[in-house]
Amino acid sequence: MGSIWEYANPVKFSQTVSRFLLPVAILAAIATIVGLIWGFFFTPDDYRQGATVKIIYLHVPSALMAINIWFMMLVTSLIWLVRRHHVSALAAKAAAPVGVVMTLIALWTGAVWGQPMWGTWWAWDPRLTSFLILFLFYLGYIALWEAIDNPDTAADLTAVLCIVGSVFAMLSRYAVNFWNQGLHQGASIMRAGAVTGADTEEKVSNVFFYPLMMCIVGFVLFFVALVLLRTRTEIHKRRTRALLARERLA
Amino acid sequence: MKALLFRDLKLAFRAGGGFGLGIAFFLIVVILVPFSVGPESGLLTKIAPGVLWLGALLACLLSLDRILALDWEDGTLDLVATSPLPLEGVVSVKALAHWITTGVPLVVAAPVFGVLLNLPPQGFVWLVASLALGTPALSVIGTFGAALTVGIKRGGLLLSLLILPLYVPTLIFGAELARRGAVGQEVTTPLLMLAGITFGVIALLPFASALVLRMNLR
Repeated sequence: MGSIWEYANPVKFSQTVSRFLLPVAILAAIATIVGLIWGFFFTPDDYRQGATVKIIYLHVPSALMAINIWFMMLVTSLIWLVRRHHVSALAAKAAAPVGVVMTLIALWTGAVWGQPMWGTWWAWDPRLTSFLILFLFYLGYIALWEAIDNPDTAADLTAVLCIVGSVFAMLSRYAVNFWNQGLHQGASIMRAGAVTGADTEEKVSNVFFYPLMMCIVGFVLFFVALVLLRTRTEIHKRRTRALLARERLA
Repeated sequence: MKALLFRDLKLAFRAGGGFGLGIAFFLIVVILVPFSVGPESGLLTKIAPGVLWLGALLACLLSLDRILALDWEDGTLDLVATSPLPLEGVVSVKALAHWITTGVPLVVAAPVFGVLLNLPPQGFVWLVASLALGTPALSVIGTFGAALTVGIKRGGLLLSLLILPLYVPTLIFGAELARRGAVGQEVTTPLLMLAGITFGVIALLPFASALVLRMNLR
């Protein structure tokens, strides 16, 4: 096994994808299905929130993915700008629509959960607002990819947009925090006190924690499978275009 | 660089340069607001700082695609890029010219429009201060957007989609500063944050703008 940069070769990448796509997809399906069924049918209702708490198995994994997909796009954009590996740029392009869908799932499940719990579908809470802004960033990123004809220029410009956008996304995150105090609770899945047992009421109980982890793993694998597949599709699309262009010249 | 600045200013002030369009747009937004929310003076007082900031931001947005598009079409940009001037300086000058032709008139006009929206007397100073401090950031961020979309035909709508999320922090702190000034609260935090954003983007963003402009000119 050589260096990771070997996979920057599109042919090598496609071969690897062909080998791993099916196992990853199957594992993703198993983890998601097991996690969801476990979560929905084999965990007790929360003593205050009742059965509505079960939407956590969709809400938390999708929200996690929405943020981490943007982070992954940032890393691949940097790799593209520094090392000019096309696969890297295409992976960022392939990941963006998945990120949009994850953001939408997080917003939607949040609204569905918020209605019975907070009595409102939507509140201008910092976390909710940040996600809306993240959604706008994703839209702008995809729109810029779509708008430019030259694939290399498009990859360059979107990479810079991703980097600058990340900085502004962080800024916005702190700005909205300052702007409004919210309803949404803080992250309580991995709270420090949970390990030492200092505030045991605050942490998510293990009964909910294991199926939730299962769902998160399922979502991550699902994302990996989708990105591998979509990146390979992009490579094939580009190769087809190159072949067609050569045909026309001949 | 000075010559470039004067050239841009001259082009903007002469007929067809679009000078004053932004301010007219700002005026119309301010006039339309009472029609949409009702003429109660209490309500208008409450929303005046936010509306004025939003109006200024939209007026700024409206003129962004003029920053680079015309120079791109007639080839001036290629000439400037091949000249010994650093492209980072060029985009800074472009942003400065945009601020002088759009931002400064907005800052000057804002108190007048504040009267229309029943802004309380102590709010005027902070409204002008917040706009004077915030509009340069709007121009610099906007120049980045203009550089990003310069190669795209009819990129105006895309430019708005890309730029508006980037305007969020500036808008939040700017409007908050104006609001706190209007109701007489402590203004230090938003003032410092807004200043930080403005000077930060002035210092850093021209490099990104020049980078994407180079990519587009390639």
